[in-house]
Amino acid sequence: MSIKRPSKNQPEKFEFNSSSLEEAKSIVSNYPQGKQQSAVMALLYIAQKQNDNWIPLAAMKYIANFLDMSYIKVYEVATFYSMYNLAPVGKYFVQVCTTTPCMIRGANKLIEACKEKISENESQLSSDKNCSWMEVECLGACVNAPMMQINDDYYEDLDKEKTLEILDKIIKDEKPKPGSYRGRTNNEPENNRKTLMDLKNA
Amino acid sequence: MLKDKDRIFQNLYNDLGSDVSSSQKRGDWVNTKELTSKGRDWIINEIKDSQLRGRGGAGFPTGLKWSFAPKEVGSRPHYLVINADESEPGTCKDRDILRFEPHKLIEGCLIASYAVQAHVCYIYIRGEYFIEGQKLQAAINEAYEKNLIGKNAAGTGWDLDIYIHYGAGAYICGEETALLESIEGKKGQPRLKPPFPALIGLYGCPTIINNVETIAVVPSILRKGGKWFASLGREKNTGTKIFCISGNVNNPCNVEEEMSISLKELIEVHAGGVIGGWDNLQAVIPGGSSMPLIPKEKCETLNMDFDSLVAEKSGLGTAGVVVINKDQDIIKCMARIARFYKHESCGQCTPCREGSGWMWRMLERMAKGEATKDEIDMLGDVTNQIAGHTICAFGEGSSWPVQGLLRHFKKEIKERNKFDPIVKENKNIPYLVDQHLLDKNA
Repeated sequence: MSIKRPSKNQPEKFEFNSSSLEEAKSIVSNYPQGKQQSAVMALLYIAQKQNDNWIPLAAMKYIANFLDMSYIKVYEVATFYSMYNLAPVGKYFVQVCTTTPCMIRGANKLIEACKEKISENESQLSSDKNCSWMEVECLGACVNAPMMQINDDYYEDLDKEKTLEILDKIIKDEKPKPGSYRGRTNNEPENNRKTLMDLKNA
Repeated sequence: MLKDKDRIFQNLYNDLGSDVSSSQKRGDWVNTKELTSKGRDWIINEIKDSQLRGRGGAGFPTGLKWSFAPKEVGSRPHYLVINADESEPGTCKDRDILRFEPHKLIEGCLIASYAVQAHVCYIYIRGEYFIEGQKLQAAINEAYEKNLIGKNAAGTGWDLDIYIHYGAGAYICGEETALLESIEGKKGQPRLKPPFPALIGLYGCPTIINNVETIAVVPSILRKGGKWFASLGREKNTGTKIFCISGNVNNPCNVEEEMSISLKELIEVHAGGVIGGWDNLQAVIPGGSSMPLIPKEKCETLNMDFDSLVAEKSGLGTAGVVVINKDQDIIKCMARIARFYKHESCGQCTPCREGSGWMWRMLERMAKGEATKDEIDMLGDVTNQIAGHTICAFGEGSSWPVQGLLRHFKKEIKERNKFDPIVKENKNIPYLVDQHLLDKNA
């Protein structure tokens, strides 16, 4: 269990804009009639995207109305799942995996880099309010450890130097190239591939 | 080593491209209609003959699971749900299937839906795999355009719609009933079983839930025959499996290999060996974080399949092999896994909600050498009170790694934590939690 608290500064009102509304309606149609509640997770994502990557309480109320379900049910979902941010995060939201497979390959060095470049504490905005970082549990790219996620993209096979480079880029508001930072192709064993060689050379 | 022609996932490293036309060149979607025209019973029997076991961790026979779906569709529709909520530390195989072999999965969905008479299929992808989800969505759109799914999918006469449902960072949603709750738009808290989802699942309707890898191998099994699949590996542990080798190895990688391959071959040949040489190996977690670790002595001769690992009191799980060498502090590694489980417990039942935090805090102190020697047995006691006393298998999942540590590395823990509890020293320390014990002794 992890505790999540909504931000103290809440906007008064929230409404989907026209593109969000369209997206929301198409998601609801993916589920059987009368089961529109299933769309709540997707709608929370839409609200989060529209509202600078965090979900205000007003959005939860709006979604509850939209899906004809009670506010507390939406609140439950928003607080249960860890990917819904209930307080503002940076425009560049850095998540560093520190679970065992990443830890034994040096994920703590990535944390050091984040502390140096972004902010002393996790979930604290950087001085220019553009970036924030946090430690997360396994992101499911264990053979590319250590790794981190910035917004939607994975940055893999890192070390401290490379992390600093990436962070420098986002601080300058440039998007770094996602993927492996040791130049290997996807999940193949680096310089040691023994399988499907005909295809590699094709 | 498995021959390349027997590998199902030819595009595991994306040498060939994942779009529909290159997938068709690899043999996907070639004769789907022919396969389904042989009938449901033939499909289920062929899968039974192949002895395919679920690739998501529990290893339940897939053909048997499908046969639990009601034979006739009653008033409630049937559903097929694909579990792509891959969150087990050490595992990243489904990610590669989603992004590089999506058409194997989609074709598998069609065949499985036909076999269990479902017209709607939901693919539950963990929220972090947003990019992979987009790639899968692109493949689904391609399939709709080519009429491979949708009305009269691929000419089979069967209608199928596939939708993606994104999770949002909850490990517990990989548990099948929690996953169903999550699709229904609730907190992902597991349901009691029975009733099993095959009869009462999503929206109270019959639902078959399978892992991505399980479904993605189905078309290949039907094309090459259940006998072919059963000829790989050994009895009841057949076929091929994607192994993810991570941790302290020279070349961490994903590789598809024959079931029952020896662990040593997997590490030495495919992953380039342990960092610092084989003698520097300390322990291996064989199947994702929830499986008990195996110490080096046993790694020499171990075969990687369901039954050989169960014989070693561990399990194949998801086949996420985490290699830990002697440069690592094994207690700290397990303490970090305990922290993972503490973070991911859904909070529904008490033994797991409270116990996972206990285990984490005790292990953290043991790693620092701050625990007393009594606490080592106490920790074992806590694990026994969690395992088997929870609604879902998460309780076992969180206590097994700790039990594995206690089974094989008790000596190391004892060496580091060897002092008596403070109460025995009979000191008068104010504000001590167990002060009342002192008073009694006085």
